[in-house]
Amino acid sequence: MEIDARGVHYRELNRMIREAVAEGERRFVLKNVNGQRYIADGIGEKVKIDVYGTPGQDMAAFMKGPEIIVHGNAQDGVGNTMDDGTVAVEGMAGDIVGYGMRGGSIYVLGDVGYRVGIHMKAYRDKTPVIVVGGKAGDFLGEYMAGGVIILLGMFGEDRNGNPPAGHFLGTGMHGGAIFVRKGVDEHRLGRGLKSVEVSPDDMETIKPYLREFARTFGLGLKEILGERFYKIVPETHRPYGNMYAY
Amino acid sequence: MGSWDYQKDISGCGLSGLINKKGERVSGELIARSIATQHDRGNGLGGGFAAYGIYPEFKDHYALHVMCDDRRALADTETFLKDSVYVTHEERIPTRPNRKIINVPILKRYFVKPRAETEGTTFDKGLSEDDFMVQVVMRVNMDIAGAFVFSSGKNMGAFKGVGYPEDIADFYRLDEYSGYLWTAHNRFPTNTPGWWGGAHPFTILDWSIVHNGEISSYGINKRYLEMFGYHCTLLTDTEVVAYLLDLLVRKNGLPIDVACLALAPPFWQEIDRMDEGRQRLCRAIRMVYGSALLNGPFAILFAHNGGLVGLNDRIKLRPLVAATKNDTVYMASEESAIREICPDPDRVWAPKAGEPVIAELENRDGGCYGD
Repeated sequence: MEIDARGVHYRELNRMIREAVAEGERRFVLKNVNGQRYIADGIGEKVKIDVYGTPGQDMAAFMKGPEIIVHGNAQDGVGNTMDDGTVAVEGMAGDIVGYGMRGGSIYVLGDVGYRVGIHMKAYRDKTPVIVVGGKAGDFLGEYMAGGVIILLGMFGEDRNGNPPAGHFLGTGMHGGAIFVRKGVDEHRLGRGLKSVEVSPDDMETIKPYLREFARTFGLGLKEILGERFYKIVPETHRPYGNMYAY
Repeated sequence: MGSWDYQKDISGCGLSGLINKKGERVSGELIARSIATQHDRGNGLGGGFAAYGIYPEFKDHYALHVMCDDRRALADTETFLKDSVYVTHEERIPTRPNRKIINVPILKRYFVKPRAETEGTTFDKGLSEDDFMVQVVMRVNMDIAGAFVFSSGKNMGAFKGVGYPEDIADFYRLDEYSGYLWTAHNRFPTNTPGWWGGAHPFTILDWSIVHNGEISSYGINKRYLEMFGYHCTLLTDTEVVAYLLDLLVRKNGLPIDVACLALAPPFWQEIDRMDEGRQRLCRAIRMVYGSALLNGPFAILFAHNGGLVGLNDRIKLRPLVAATKNDTVYMASEESAIREICPDPDRVWAPKAGEPVIAELENRDGGCYGD
């Protein structure tokens, strides 16, 4: 089903999609999307959606199955509290990508904004994954409780040798892992975290995600793997136990 | 009602702005379309625009836009103006009926020059023309009940009120104006009332500001400004930013980027890692202008006759996107607001926290720029 979204309000657009899904439609192409919020929110069916244009805030929020490809940039809140499925963004994405995400994967080829992966969590067989091809703003993985964030720093707008992550990386993080290609300076890390070289086991963990990222955007895996990765994790299982005690 | 309705939306304010760096003017219809894309960021309790280069026929006059609650406030304002400025031209601000724009105050504009002689008046002696006009604005806003000057620059004007911005644009007939620089605001009032004076932009002289966020340092900023004769009367935090810019840039002569350092300075821990020269600058700014620091979440666009600046708080708690296409620079809360009027930009990026995007008019003496 193809929908021309030009001038269509988000409520109408999402009503059309949900009604079509209920009637059995599984393949959508959305043209001329510009700023419509909440696209594919809460949809549990295994549908595939191609988005052309710039989708609005909270795309794929509470999503539980669909596969979305954005042929352009996405705005803020992509995959907010997402449960399952895949989002791929061929351009850049805004702030709080993967906010409270608890499953599925988000691949962004370019840069992402601030607080990406904030409050991500894992549970039993559910491991949310965010792979960022470009660079990230401050507070990547803030309050992260579980899941995997991989930051490549390779494919975004800024290729001037600036650090891949901003400041306060992983502030308040107490679970999960952030993998950074080539690493970042210690002073960018939040308190109570450490950065270590990856182990062979770690690489086995992240390789499938990198392979999928490379396949999604038609990139060579070899180049991505051509540098060492560093893993940022909490120093202890209870890194802030003494933070407010004195 | 169109496709909008009144169910609850999760919202924040919306911003949009554009500048043609060559000074070429475009219709207000463009910025109205851009901000309307972010309709759902507001709730109908405030919309407004600032436009630059719109009064070339009066480019050497201060254009005072005045809103009055009633005839008496208007009469008091006009008596005061007659005593303090030369009014070259005055008229009702042109409007067209829009059924969504209600409870409209009396809206008039005056193209004025300061009186050359302030002897025998209560104005301070030896004021520059700009300083004199700041006093005129402060006195109307403080002393005349129900009257507010909401725009006071040369060759520019603010247009604002209670309503969605697309309706405010229609009401003020902005499609009939053309300017080289436009900003727009869609308001979602949180802590202060939604009233005509409280809509954005806030202005003083040719400074105008539109803001998404909350300035939690308002009390400190307000008291600091009062020491320099600026009085906040519009019941909303954003007002301090317009006066801070006038103080820092026009009065104290700081370059725009240094003024932005005062408003959103780097953290001390970042300063510690800078090279020595930069450290000295940042330490000096933080010490001298500690009371000008804006705390709390914000994305702001501020404009003046010479350019447009976008600035975020130090940890980017509100969204801001910028783009360029040929000689035009766009900034907005959401990329979609830019794409609506510029579908194929040369470059799109998200500015970093605390790092201003500064777009300046290339030739301030030429084109339609005033003086």
